[in-house]
Amino acid sequence: MKRIGQQSRRDFLKTAAALGLSATAAPYMVHSAFAQETPKKGGTLRIGMRGGSTTDTLNPTSYSNAVPLLVGYAVMNGLIEIDEKGVPQPELFESWEIGAEAKEWVFNVRKGVTFHNGKEMTAADVLYSLSLHTGKDSKSPAAGGLKHISEIQKLGTHQIKIVLSSSDVDLHYALADYHLLVVPEGFTDWAKPVGTGAFTVESFDPGVRCVLSNAGNYWKSGRGNVERIEITVVNDIVQRMNALVAGQVDVINDVDKRAVDLFRAAPGIELVQAPGGWHTIMAMQSDVAPFNNPDFRLALKYACDREQILNALFNGFGRIGNDHPIPVSDPFFNAALPQRAFDLDKAKFHLKKSGLVDTTITLSASDAAYVGAVDMSVLFQASAAKAGLTIDVKKEPHDGFWSNVWLKAPFCTSYWAGRASATDMLASAYYSGASWNETHWKNETFDQLLAAAKAEVDEAKRKTIIGDMQTMLSDDGGALIPVFSDWLDAHRSHVKGHTPHTQFDLANGRLCEKVWLDA
Amino acid sequence: MLNLVLKRAALGLITLWAASVLIFAGTQILPGDLAQAVLQNNATPENVAALREELGLDRPAVERYAEWLGNAVHGDLGTSLVNHRDVAQDLAPRLYNTFFLALYAAIIAIPLSVGLGVLAAAWQGSAFDSAANAVTLLAISLPEYFLGYLLIKWVAVQWGLFPVLASVTPETSFTERLYMTFLPMLTLVLVIMAHIMRMTRASVISVMSSPYIEMAVLKGLAKWRVVVEHALPNALAPIINVVALNLAYLIVGVVVIEVVFVYPGLGQSMVDAVSKRDVPVVQACGLIFAAVFISLNMIADILAIVSNPRLRHPR
Repeated sequence: MKRIGQQSRRDFLKTAAALGLSATAAPYMVHSAFAQETPKKGGTLRIGMRGGSTTDTLNPTSYSNAVPLLVGYAVMNGLIEIDEKGVPQPELFESWEIGAEAKEWVFNVRKGVTFHNGKEMTAADVLYSLSLHTGKDSKSPAAGGLKHISEIQKLGTHQIKIVLSSSDVDLHYALADYHLLVVPEGFTDWAKPVGTGAFTVESFDPGVRCVLSNAGNYWKSGRGNVERIEITVVNDIVQRMNALVAGQVDVINDVDKRAVDLFRAAPGIELVQAPGGWHTIMAMQSDVAPFNNPDFRLALKYACDREQILNALFNGFGRIGNDHPIPVSDPFFNAALPQRAFDLDKAKFHLKKSGLVDTTITLSASDAAYVGAVDMSVLFQASAAKAGLTIDVKKEPHDGFWSNVWLKAPFCTSYWAGRASATDMLASAYYSGASWNETHWKNETFDQLLAAAKAEVDEAKRKTIIGDMQTMLSDDGGALIPVFSDWLDAHRSHVKGHTPHTQFDLANGRLCEKVWLDA
Repeated sequence: MLNLVLKRAALGLITLWAASVLIFAGTQILPGDLAQAVLQNNATPENVAALREELGLDRPAVERYAEWLGNAVHGDLGTSLVNHRDVAQDLAPRLYNTFFLALYAAIIAIPLSVGLGVLAAAWQGSAFDSAANAVTLLAISLPEYFLGYLLIKWVAVQWGLFPVLASVTPETSFTERLYMTFLPMLTLVLVIMAHIMRMTRASVISVMSSPYIEMAVLKGLAKWRVVVEHALPNALAPIINVVALNLAYLIVGVVVIEVVFVYPGLGQSMVDAVSKRDVPVVQACGLIFAAVFISLNMIADILAIVSNPRLRHPR
């Protein structure tokens, strides 16, 4: 769950979230109802996906792209599954109990689940699979979320205990990370992973294609329905949409929001839209002049026309941000905090108060952050100019942006894809000691509140604490967060069971086992 | 003549060697430390130092270059830093795909455009001449991806004649492969046709104004014999050169087409590898591309020597 280099950027992070939140009033058919019909068995599903590279592998400690993530969940199972409402549900962990101060957790491992090689899955396999990530020289992106684990004990053949060095009531969210997949003890042949999932890998050509076939007798009832799955990597957004329209694939992810009208002319295509935690950031380093001036930060925040950015760059498929990273789909979202408006008078007021009227600042922008980051910067430049703020947009090279510009330039474009739990999101980017504290914002009260939120078992109290932290970030923090963007997939109408998920596209990567075909 | 050819071949080898130096140097100055890029979020100073040692980055560049070149000459292109697979083995099917598409496009494009060029020269100034010029110039003026999108929009999506994606696999049969790669092939044909056609036309026309052609016309030869038997052989050298340049383009310059049609060629590998700092793969692709480019140019020069009587029989 990290964010430097490739991993981080593609770390499609997660957000606990309640569905049922109204989607944008987009005039398109949006598939959201849960399929009530009984799933049919069989058939071949063809997926055209963004998010594959020739450098991909199927080793779960290496996943940084959407394709290996999807294949991983098809072949293997996680410990805990986050459901559509953002609530952790049992998977290979059947049940759990939180001990005193949320420092000791006991998990019961599901019985009667067998690997593709016929071996029964037990606590020993779980321990081995976790050790791949928690080990000392682990390169796993999941390691960051698990670093407070001080000990993992095997209590029985189907029970383990996790001891933490600091309280964490959200440990089960961290254990739902998509890297934490279970393989047999001692397993190392990552070219052909063996798991407990619904499918086995028939062939895997990195960055090109992957073929999966049904392993039979899947332990989850109603899932693992299709016989064969062909995943084709189609990184070009236009071609992904063409392939769906032409019927060469049945499902695609990452629909071009600005070109979604293309689908109107094509019958039998449905969109799958889900609000989520993916958000754009313009990060100001709040210990560097002039961004160390809180009024100057506020002036910039008021001078950003968020509605314009949402409509122009995301075609309205999203919602505007309030300068903190918690999305409206998160149960801990602070709904009482007023939305910051585009207000030139307030921007001018705070600019004057800061005493920095004639300052020119440089915004380092690159579409490496996300496609549209440069356009967004230019829109912001224009709206800020109306408040008397002069911004130079410096277009940074695509290549090397994350190692040479991000965390180094005092004001730059960036993004986060959200996290499964609000506390994890806040800890990853806003805790004063976080290595990805891109805004250099440090606040002792905030750090204390974060620790309190992680130890607080009472939901209502946690909600107040996390709400206060959002207010602090919105009013004082160094992140200008204009927009949260929705996940947007599309499929042909005979594809069923492809439901919206607030965490990530393609049903949070579990499309393969959930889907069925209505021939 | 043999002397000339040998000289040209030696020159080619020297150029290839120079290219290998440039490739190696180029991958050394990519922004960002290699060990750091590979380790990404785990780049603690100790890990970086350990990996630098493992990769031999602590040794002098000249020593590493010599070792790399020595291995490459023996066909050992190293191991990918990212997925730890053998580079040569990983690239072989992609290289085959790249050559397949290039050859497919060349077999259609070269006779077609040379033919059109000869006809345009023979009927210089006619409606056919203007039309052929206009169409090929239009095709070359459009960016290749746009041309690809247009073909996809009409031929694939609207009429459903050919597939949108050319995602071939090693199991794809030969005929199936011809069908699946039809649109990328057609795009490439349109892109290279203008060059070859116009060069052929210009070259033939310039020969047509020489006295010996006039002689041939005056002695009453049929027009097609004048053009094909007398003019064309003497116009060949520049045509061979432009054909070689376009062949090289078909192999080393089609990454955009590969991306648009989701065709698993070598270019896509190289782009992915550069962004992940997978240096052995970048170097291997660079070396292959350089070798192709240099050999095609060399062959073109040698053919030009062979086709030119004055060079063939120097006084």
